[in-house]
Order: sequence, then C-alpha cells, then structure tokens
Amino acid sequence: MFKGDFVKNLPKIYGTYTGGFLIFIILMAIAESAGMTAKTIGILFVAFTVCIYAFIGYLSRTVQVDAYYVAGRQVPTVFNGMATAADWMSGASFVAMAGGIYFGGYTYMAFLVGWTGGYVLVSSLLAPYLRKFGCYTVPDFIGTRYGGNLARFCAVVVLTLASFTYVTAQINATGTIAARALGIPFELGVWVGLISILLCSMLGGMRAVTWTQVAQYIVLIIAYLIPIFWISNKGGFGLFPHLMLGEEVARLGELEAQFGLVKNSAADIKAAGVPGGLKSIAVAHSAVPEGGMAAWKFISLALCMMVGTASLPHILMRYFTTPSVKAARKSVAWSLFFIAILYTSAPMLATLSKLSLIDPNLPTGIIGKDISAIMAIDWVQAWTAQKQAFIADFNGDGVLQLNEWFMRGDVVVLSTPEVAGLPYVISGLVAAGGMAAAMSTADGLILAIANALSHDIYYKIIDPKADVRKRLLVARVLLVVIGAFGAYIASMRITSILGAVAWAFDFAMSGLFFPLILGVWWKRATRQGAIAGMIAGLASGTAYLIYVYPKFMGNPAWLGIDHLRFGIIGASVCLVVMVVVSLMTPEPDKATQKMVDEVRVPAGRTILGKQH
Amino acid sequence: MSNKEKHWEKTKGLMFLTLIIWFVFGYLIFMFGSSLNTSSFLGYPLAYYMCAQGSIIAFVVLIFWFANKQEKIDEEFGFTERGEDE
Repeated sequence: MFKGDFVKNLPKIYGTYTGGFLIFIILMAIAESAGMTAKTIGILFVAFTVCIYAFIGYLSRTVQVDAYYVAGRQVPTVFNGMATAADWMSGASFVAMAGGIYFGGYTYMAFLVGWTGGYVLVSSLLAPYLRKFGCYTVPDFIGTRYGGNLARFCAVVVLTLASFTYVTAQINATGTIAARALGIPFELGVWVGLISILLCSMLGGMRAVTWTQVAQYIVLIIAYLIPIFWISNKGGFGLFPHLMLGEEVARLGELEAQFGLVKNSAADIKAAGVPGGLKSIAVAHSAVPEGGMAAWKFISLALCMMVGTASLPHILMRYFTTPSVKAARKSVAWSLFFIAILYTSAPMLATLSKLSLIDPNLPTGIIGKDISAIMAIDWVQAWTAQKQAFIADFNGDGVLQLNEWFMRGDVVVLSTPEVAGLPYVISGLVAAGGMAAAMSTADGLILAIANALSHDIYYKIIDPKADVRKRLLVARVLLVVIGAFGAYIASMRITSILGAVAWAFDFAMSGLFFPLILGVWWKRATRQGAIAGMIAGLASGTAYLIYVYPKFMGNPAWLGIDHLRFGIIGASVCLVVMVVVSLMTPEPDKATQKMVDEVRVPAGRTILGKQH
Repeated sequence: MSNKEKHWEKTKGLMFLTLIIWFVFGYLIFMFGSSLNTSSFLGYPLAYYMCAQGSIIAFVVLIFWFANKQEKIDEEFGFTERGEDE
C-alpha cells in the first residue's frame, strides 16, 4: 500500500489514519444508537487509540543511536510541528485550560498568552542554533559549549527537576482519565497510563515518540474541536464559534451583573462541606481587573510561562529532529500554528459551557432554578456522586445561586458534552483526546529525562567507551525506572494538576534560560559563569518558592511574585551571577569562540557531527 | 567587517525587531487591558479578544515572517544549507 520512501509517504499514512479514526467515531455513534452502553463506548475509545499508539511505537523500533535520540534527523517541518504541538499540549492544556478560563476569566488567560509567546523566543533565540550544534540532548549543548562535566551535570539536574515536576502531573492525568473511562480505581489507572506511555516510547525512543505524537495530535485536536462546533451549532450560538461568540461573551457579562459575583468565605465553604478543589464562579469572564498590580500579575505570569517555554528541554529537543537549520525555524512556526488551533478554541469552549450552564433562558441552564429539580438531572447526579460537583444552598431558599454551584476545573471539559446534551460518543471521544494529550506530553518528558541521564551522565561522564547496544539498553532501562518512579509519585496525589505544571516552567527558566541563550549570543560567557549561574538561579528560585508557597513557609509574596512566578527571581539571579562570574574569569579559549561563530551560521556541518 | 560578521549583524537586527514585536503583543497591550476593553473587535471586548486569539495569531504570523526573513539573510551572505532540503 505504501511503497517507497517512508517520509514521502507520511501525508498518505496520516491521511489514512485520520480517515480511519473518523470512521471509528461514526461506528461508535451507530453502536450507541443500537444500544451499546456508555461504559463500553468509553472503554473502546481509550483502548482503541492506545492500541494504535502502541502499534506505531512497535513499528518504529530501532537499534540505531541516531534514530533513538533524534529520530534520524529526518522529520519534516509540518510533522515535527504536529509532534511538538502534542508534546506541548499536556493533560493540563486539554483538560484544565478551558476550566481555568471558566473560573478565572481574563486573569487566567495570561496562561494562553504565555504558553504561546514563548515560541517566538524559541525560534529567534534558540532552536536553529541548537539544531546547528547537532546535539542529542539539551545538556549536551551546555556540556560542549562551556566544556567540562560539571556544567553538563548541572544542566542535567535542572532538566530532571523541571521535567519530573511536569511528568507526575501528566501521569496523574492519564491515571484520572484511564480510571474514569475503564471504571478502575485511580491508583490502578496511573499504572495503566504508565504502561500505555512506555509502549509508545520504549522500543523506538525519539523516533517512536515522534510518530506516535503526530497520531496523538490528530486525535486530540479532533476531540477538542468536534464538541465546540457541535455545541455552538446545536445551541444556535454561531456556525463558526471562534468568530461568532461576541454576543455570548457580552451575555455572560450581563448574567454576572444580574446574579452578582459573590466570593464565598472560607468559613461558609467549610461549613457547607464543599469537597476540596471545587470552585464557584467568582471572577468576571471578560472584564479586565483594574489597577497596576492586576496588570503586572497578568504580565509577570505570561513572562514566566514564555521564558519557561524556551527553557523546557522536552520542547527544545524536538527541534533536534529536523533535517536542517532552516527546517528547525519553520518547524517552530508550524508547532505554534498547531498549538494555536487548540488554544484559540479553549476560550470558546469555556464561553459556551459557562453560558449553557448559567443562562436561565437556555434549557441546559441550572442557575436560578429549583435545587430539587437540578438534583434530578442525570449528569448532576453522576458528577456530584464523584465529588466533582457540589451544591451548597447557602441562603436556604431552595433556588440555586451562582455562588452555590461548585465544580472542579477539570470537569468543565469532560462534562460539557453531557451538560449540553450531546450523545455519549462525544464524551468517549473527549476522554480519548485527554488521554492522547497527557500521554504525548508524558512520553516527551520521560524521554527527555532518560536521554539526558543515559547520554550525558552514563555515556559522556561514566562510560564513554560503551558500545551502541549497551547505551541503548541503559537508555531503555532508565525510561522504565523514571516512568515507574513518576507513576509512584502520581499515585500519592501530591499537588493539583496546574500548580505543578507552572512550577516546571519556573524551574526550567531559573536554571537553563540564560545559560542556553548566552551560550549562543554572548561569546564571553564562560564555563565558571554558566555553572555559577545555573546553581545560583536554581537555588534562589527554589528558596523563594519554599519561602512563599502557602503549604511551605507561606510568607507574603514580594511584588506579587507568588509561587507560580518564582522563576522571575531564579532567572534574574541566574543572569546577574552568570554575567558577573563570566566577566571575572578569563574569556573562553579560541576553539570555543570559533565554535560559537560556527553555530551562528546555518551552512556547513553540525558542530558535534563526528563526536557521537 | 568579514562576511560572517555582517551576517551576524543582520541576524541580530532581525532578532531585536522580532522581540520588539513580541513584546508589543505579549506585554505592552496588556498593560492597558482595561482601556483596551472599552473597544471591541468581532463583538468581543478587545483585551479579551487579544488574549483569546489576537496575540496568539500574531505570534504565529510573526514566527513565519521571522523564518522567511532569516532565510533571506542567510541567502544574501551565501550561508544557505546545501543538500537535503525539505
């Protein structure tokens, strides 16, 4: 069926795959109308897609170092863009983002700006140069540019800390979704999720992860867009929601004014017995909070997320897989294009689901209606039974007020199809999409950590004479060990999905951002400067996090820099220390300066071409 | 100035220009969020629209523009990669 060059056949292969997936959705819809239960549909959706990813992972198995670490450097720009988009959009983007906008409105949307703007930094400051360098991992660049094992080791430490913070949240998300779709306990779901993740990456490393991520992107974007367009058209909100929800956003403003945005006191919430993690709507949807502090909070959050994006190794390493420097640049643009499709849709989904729920003129609206009638609705019963939603009749009038309806943020995406009265097949699709998003990110992260440990620590520092077979064996063993450790941490449920995700960005920017960009853009940057910068940045950032996070020391935030923004402290310290120490130490030798000159020019061989 | 130095000067110029545009869409406009919100676009309040779609679209266009521009610079100084192309 697919003769000839694999890369040339990619559009055909993924075209067929997309068609096959759409047919599967239609078959499920037919099965539902023929009486298949919701539970079976959920299981089939998750099982079918996971099996396909595992199959792709198996087909992409490899025994070559180049294929294992950088997918043979032959991934075309558009496909690398899709893979990066899947790598990037985590369970948090898919499941929690619309929920965040639902509760946080404009204030929360700083995340949207932050999680997209970072790619401008990636394309103009880093990706093309790292590609020219020809490294396998991000610490590989630090280790070679600055020289010496200590610099390499420090980079591995930052990478591991940032990626590991992130990966537990992803395994947590796969566990939640697997548990719900398959009807098993969460603790077991985590391990099912981990096995699915490892099936994709173990045999083929980066090559397998690349091709499964493309497949996962297709599933997740279909799963995200279908419900939005469906609800928008079914409810008569507009044919093309992205362009046509202006009136709905205005209507939300009216309803907020009508119901009043009441912030419940902690004592009331406790007295009513609202389960932890559930929230009511207390922030305006589109109105901008007044004052300089609010604007600074918006901007500082966006800044942390952007700089963090440009420092996260699992994203940067995706651009090592393109055929050329030129392709690396274009590929960043395609990545953001594919990411933007989902990110520009999230506010629309939040608007639609909020309106469906709170507008009393709509048949789906529940606010302002009798609580006894609401408690009789199927989906309300299902979600309250799972402690994902809650009704607290504070004023005791038997009518639901806006501040009396509580929901968990993650539930917004998962429940919207049911709330809007779509067939269950859509809920199954959304579960498969959430699973794809969490799995693809987890895969990229686990691979980033395992590759850094196997390539930079084991091969470059411990045993430089190891043969290919041994190197790849070590890489795979580490993959399993790190995955298992992540799943173990996730099964203990330590933080909520989003707090931990933002921390990963702050850790990465504290330790890696300036050593990376100054390595390319400032010839004078020295080894001692980079090492001191990484250590001081990471240490000060972490110290500030401990100082300010309510569950640790809980001190008042300085200038509004709270625990989501501690990277501002870390990265600033890193910059100052790195520049000062670099200027105090002798400038890098001629060979290093020549290497930096070479990195700045796209033509010619990669710097590390022969050394691998 | 050698060819390489000239190439790097132009590359730096493009980088700064790109980051200025990035700063405008990522930060500057949100410093004036509340006054921006009094205008509207496609029926959305403008500040809301910019963070929901406007800035994100601007970033996508900016990166494509930057990539093309940088390719032109590389060509101008003869630093285009030969061989495998995509």
